[in-house]
Amino acid sequence: MAKIEFLNVTKTRSIDGQMHNVLGDVSVAVQEGTILAIGGPSGAGKSTMLRLINRLESVTSGRILLDGVDIATVDPIELRRKVGMVFQLPSLFPLTVQENLVYGPKLRGVEPSSLETKVREILGMVDLADLSPERMAGELSVGQQQRVAIARTLMNEPEVLLMDEPTSALDPTTAKSILELVCDIRSKYGMTVLFVSHSLEHSRLVGDRFLLIVDGKVIEESDIEAFFGGPSTELGRKFLAGELR
Amino acid sequence: MEYISLSYSSLVIAVLFILSAMAISSKYRLGLEKDLAVGSVRAFVQLTAIGYVLQFMFVSGRWYYVVMMLVIMFVAAVKNAVARQSVKLGGMFTTLGISIFVGSSLTIAIVIGVILRIEPWYSPRYLIPLSGTILGNSMTGAALALNRLRADITHRKPEVEAALALGATSGQAIMPMTRDALKTAMLPSISSLMVVGIVHLPGMMAGQIIAGAFPVDAVKYQLMVVYMIAAAVAITSMMVVYLATSLFFTPDHMLKTEALRSNS
Repeated sequence: MAKIEFLNVTKTRSIDGQMHNVLGDVSVAVQEGTILAIGGPSGAGKSTMLRLINRLESVTSGRILLDGVDIATVDPIELRRKVGMVFQLPSLFPLTVQENLVYGPKLRGVEPSSLETKVREILGMVDLADLSPERMAGELSVGQQQRVAIARTLMNEPEVLLMDEPTSALDPTTAKSILELVCDIRSKYGMTVLFVSHSLEHSRLVGDRFLLIVDGKVIEESDIEAFFGGPSTELGRKFLAGELR
Repeated sequence: MEYISLSYSSLVIAVLFILSAMAISSKYRLGLEKDLAVGSVRAFVQLTAIGYVLQFMFVSGRWYYVVMMLVIMFVAAVKNAVARQSVKLGGMFTTLGISIFVGSSLTIAIVIGVILRIEPWYSPRYLIPLSGTILGNSMTGAALALNRLRADITHRKPEVEAALALGATSGQAIMPMTRDALKTAMLPSISSLMVVGIVHLPGMMAGQIIAGAFPVDAVKYQLMVVYMIAAAVAITSMMVVYLATSLFFTPDHMLKTEALRSNS
């Protein structure tokens, strides 16, 4: 389990030939074992935060610490094995479920045949105990695919789970079951979870704490119920009222 | 067997072929008449020039003229491979240049030094046409491999990032796209191996036969040529996909999104 800290993190990106601050001087700490729901209007920088932690992108300035260690000093391959990421779309490989699940461990040199029990256990964890691991991933429903994508990430036994709008492509019932799954995963493995969502309802269902970002700036960071009970900022109130999209 | 030397006046009659192609273009309003005319003139000027250059080299017998010619051919091949890329990225010239150089020079060295054992090694009669054939095919293979690799990484970006997020290196993350790019580059030369002698008699073999060589001898040469093309294309395209990783990824295995963004 791990603690994550953003220290004055700025990320600039070139958009149409001009440099823009996607994140501006963000400082926030996520305690270990916490589920931090991250909300904000489109383009606020929510997904960028996750991509920076996973080092799919690099910070322009500032530091991100994982258990006190600057992630820029850590080998990115090692880091990504500790910090799992689930994307908006399942992005499964055009392989069988089994091959998708053993992909991460296989990269570390683990023999796939030694993982059968673990594959069964993880599939059970994501409510796919009845699914044949030999099925092709592309044949599954989107909801099942997203569960397999989560299972694939869990196979690496990450300390941190980054979830980038994992429910936005799903119907309401399936989305809710994925939210329950996120809570179950935290209860079972105690990992730190950063959960980006457009849905206030989903954020409230899953989060312990809530982080509101607008235009790359942290507006509020508080206990989830405290935020939904009454935001402490004007932008927070507007966001909750649906006036910021 | 007597070799029939072609006079320029006889060649004028061959211009009728181009005129007939222009007539077809005009009838179907293809708008290709100008291209055909320009292409014919260019072909005439370029081939005539190279004819005189080669004749000069054959007579002079200097190795440095041959090397100079090879360098010009090499640079033209690399530039053409870069020009064929649907998106231009910094570093492409180097990537394609190294790949074409390694693939072509390895193959030509074996052909000249081991198979034909040509003395002197720079004999332009052998080195120039064989190098031209190899460079042309390496160029096409390199261009195809790089174009396909970039297009696939762009289209399959979510899959690539999912692999990276699971701890794959950039090379591991694009392995499926790498395989497809290699196949795309190598398939034309393999297809050519399948149909050579049945569907078409290749230019070099046809040329040798017309020039008076025995068909069986010409066949031996042609066999060597198709095998060396297959090898040169395979080596070149392998080098391309290996070196191209640095065009699309940082040393920290991050996708250079700007390399993919300029895709439209």
